[in-house]
Amino acid sequence: MVDLAAVAAGGANSVDAAVLIGVVLLEAVLLYIGYGAVEQVFGHRVVDRLKGE
Amino acid sequence: MEILGLGLGMVLLFIGFGLLIGVLFGFFGMGGSFLVTPALLVMGYPTRVAVGSGLAFVFGTSVIATLKHRDMGQVDYKLGVLMIAGTTAGIEAGKEIVIHLESLGMAGSIISVTYVFLLGGIGAFVTYEALKGGGGGGIDHDQADAEVDDDDIPEIAKKIQSYRVPPMMSLRGGVSVSLWLILAVAFVTGLLSGFLGVGGGFIRMPALFYLIGVPVPIAVGTDLFEIVFSGGLGSFLYAMDGGVDLSIVVPLLAGSAFGARIGSAATSIVDEDEIKVYFGLMLLGGALAVAVREIGNVYGIEVLNTVSLVLILGSALMVSGAVVYSSVTALREESQSSSPA
Repeated sequence: MVDLAAVAAGGANSVDAAVLIGVVLLEAVLLYIGYGAVEQVFGHRVVDRLKGE
Repeated sequence: MEILGLGLGMVLLFIGFGLLIGVLFGFFGMGGSFLVTPALLVMGYPTRVAVGSGLAFVFGTSVIATLKHRDMGQVDYKLGVLMIAGTTAGIEAGKEIVIHLESLGMAGSIISVTYVFLLGGIGAFVTYEALKGGGGGGIDHDQADAEVDDDDIPEIAKKIQSYRVPPMMSLRGGVSVSLWLILAVAFVTGLLSGFLGVGGGFIRMPALFYLIGVPVPIAVGTDLFEIVFSGGLGSFLYAMDGGVDLSIVVPLLAGSAFGARIGSAATSIVDEDEIKVYFGLMLLGGALAVAVREIGNVYGIEVLNTVSLVLILGSALMVSGAVVYSSVTALREESQSSSPA
């Protein structure tokens, strides 16, 4: 198993580095999906509020 | 209370900082490494970690912003791939020039002066062009593939498009440009990026608009698409050297993911000329900040480093605030004009 703390602490092989970047990519995609869902639910209400309707 | 080894205060600070950068990144397709790396350096992180974590953050934010721009039909993948090819070759050439200048002992001063003049020059040019422009409103995303109005294409781009050296490439917005000219523009932007050691969004975005002639929102979306690859590769290389710290990247990304959605959505609401004015002002603020930092380095005035950071953060805060304000104003105007009298 890849030790992310050890990777971040200094020195890693290419597989560990790829896993670390994969974690960043996964977080980005999850945040995109998560915030997208929030936008679906609340987006229109927020826009209507901003429009002053 | 600690999260990922950081105190709650620091985590909230990073989330807020990420939100600010996300708005700018989603709106302009630039600003990540420009803001994050100097801030992390001032906070006391080692250079390797500041640069590596900054790149990993830029990579994550560009993924989110590109996905959002893709949803709005603002990414030209064909142009993006061609730009990646030309830019990669250009970066290598830029690196070689830096190595040559280093051997002559002139790299630092030449790069700094070029950076300030390029940043300030592009900022002044974009602001001037936008201020003399005649407005035009946001982009209609239902017609993302519709032909661009001839009046909206800058003169330089019209000249470049007039050179019909085969093969010709059809781009989004009905733009047709020679493959060789796209690769040449990509090479030159890559060369500057490699020479200056920056991500290059502030060079590529105006180059896509002013030289190739694609509409601003598509220039932003395509630029972001390219940053996914350059940021991914850069952060991977730094991660191999232990330069990526997840305790920095994770909270920054949590804030920027939200900010990037706001910034990306704002490109379709805010007037295109306003986007350019903000972009220009942001670059002018950046040029001033870099100039102040360099003066501090040359004369050994430590405090000018902090002044430089305050200038960068101040202009970022001001411009992202203006983007949000303009979006809300545009939404209200749209609402008033569509409501029955």
